[in-house]
Amino acid sequence: LSICSRTVEPLEYYRRFLKENCRPDGRELGEFRTTTVNIGKCLCSITTADGSALVKLGNTTVICGVKAELAAPAADSANKGYIVPNVELPSLCAERFRSGPPGEEAQAASQFIADVIENSQMIVKEDLCIASSKLAWVLYCDIICLDYDGNLLDASVFALLAALKNVQLPSVTINEETGLSEVNLKQKNPLIIRKHPVATSFAVFDDTLLIVDPTAEEEDLATGTVTIVTDEEGRLCSVHKPGGSPLTGAKLQDCISRAITRHKEVKKLIDKVIKSITPK
Amino acid sequence: SVSPGDTSVLAGLYGPAEAKVSKELPDRAALEVLLRPKVGLPGVMERSREQLLRQTCEAVVLGVLHPRTAITLVLQVLSDAGSLLSCCLNAACMALLDAGLPLAALFCGVTCALQADGTILLDPTARQEQEARAILTFAIASSERKVLMANTKGSCSVEEMQQCLAAAQHAADTIFQFYRDSVRRRYSKS
Repeated sequence: LSICSRTVEPLEYYRRFLKENCRPDGRELGEFRTTTVNIGKCLCSITTADGSALVKLGNTTVICGVKAELAAPAADSANKGYIVPNVELPSLCAERFRSGPPGEEAQAASQFIADVIENSQMIVKEDLCIASSKLAWVLYCDIICLDYDGNLLDASVFALLAALKNVQLPSVTINEETGLSEVNLKQKNPLIIRKHPVATSFAVFDDTLLIVDPTAEEEDLATGTVTIVTDEEGRLCSVHKPGGSPLTGAKLQDCISRAITRHKEVKKLIDKVIKSITPK
Repeated sequence: SVSPGDTSVLAGLYGPAEAKVSKELPDRAALEVLLRPKVGLPGVMERSREQLLRQTCEAVVLGVLHPRTAITLVLQVLSDAGSLLSCCLNAACMALLDAGLPLAALFCGVTCALQADGTILLDPTARQEQEARAILTFAIASSERKVLMANTKGSCSVEEMQQCLAAAQHAADTIFQFYRDSVRRRYSKS
């Protein structure tokens, strides 16, 4: 009987749980799913990438690979490199995504990630410059969702952060006489990551209830979503509320407070993982 | 068309019209937003903005009154001199009003620029936007001035965000008055 109710009247089924302040998978309204992260060539197994990370948020699985290439800086910003994020939602991750050109959700997610990188200044583009107006690094960050079970943005931001922390850039010098660049693959330096942004997503139910880390089913039933990105100083890098039910300023404030606590949890997790792979 | 200062956006609304079978929803109207930039083809930024606008409009339009129909909103940017997103929001709302679609509430777009010294500037020009530390755009609903949409560029502290939100909610009154005046002017002629 309960299975019937879930498919026939999903909203009513959810409301019965929400009244008791919990969700069908046993979580509380403010509880996240188990987060696991695998970083690096040994665990994450993208051997061709310069940095990679695999993040699992419950069932949502997102993998990020960072490749660094050399290019000439743009004419109007001669001392800046490039960071090009791209989020892909291939048809293997969920039924609703068809193969073909990127859909609106993928493009909006790519824009969101680009905004987070820019707003938080986690990588300063000037750091990517090797020789002003001659040579700079281009970081292609490809974020691919392998399994979509809601909360794509949180997982993507986390995967990106973890992958960038793993990137080792070879040192490049420009030969004075020939003017050509010489790449020294033996000597590698990690990327300078200034800020650590962490995203926290909420789903709004019936205009009043806020639940954290929605699954795909919850996202479909929700009347709105909010994503807050904070950095370690408690500053807001992004408040992303793409329409949906109207919220009061006080409710937004609740979201922000929860996001700040989540940031601490994620930072601890990522520090633990980095420490465990550093001796290699 | 709405033009605060020199930013100008033309909005055209078509619907509720018959929807393609692949796009129709059985219980509500399917809303589609197309944003065309002034120069060039629509890119990822336009897609992201279309999603913001679409979900904002979906929250106010009573789509359940027109199931299996399609409502298409086309926005063309005529000139951009700052505060483009809020201009699009205002144009979208006025188009919805003009078309006579059933709405749960009105909304208006307000852009706040946070300058380096902490002062809040409403409705910034392109120059002010570039120099600002952070730019926050809010869509404020007419019922109880709740936040319908929020989008930020640059980083700010939590207090600053709340201050900008309060300023935006205050400014929303002026914009809603403008809506009232425009609609009054339009219908008093006929």
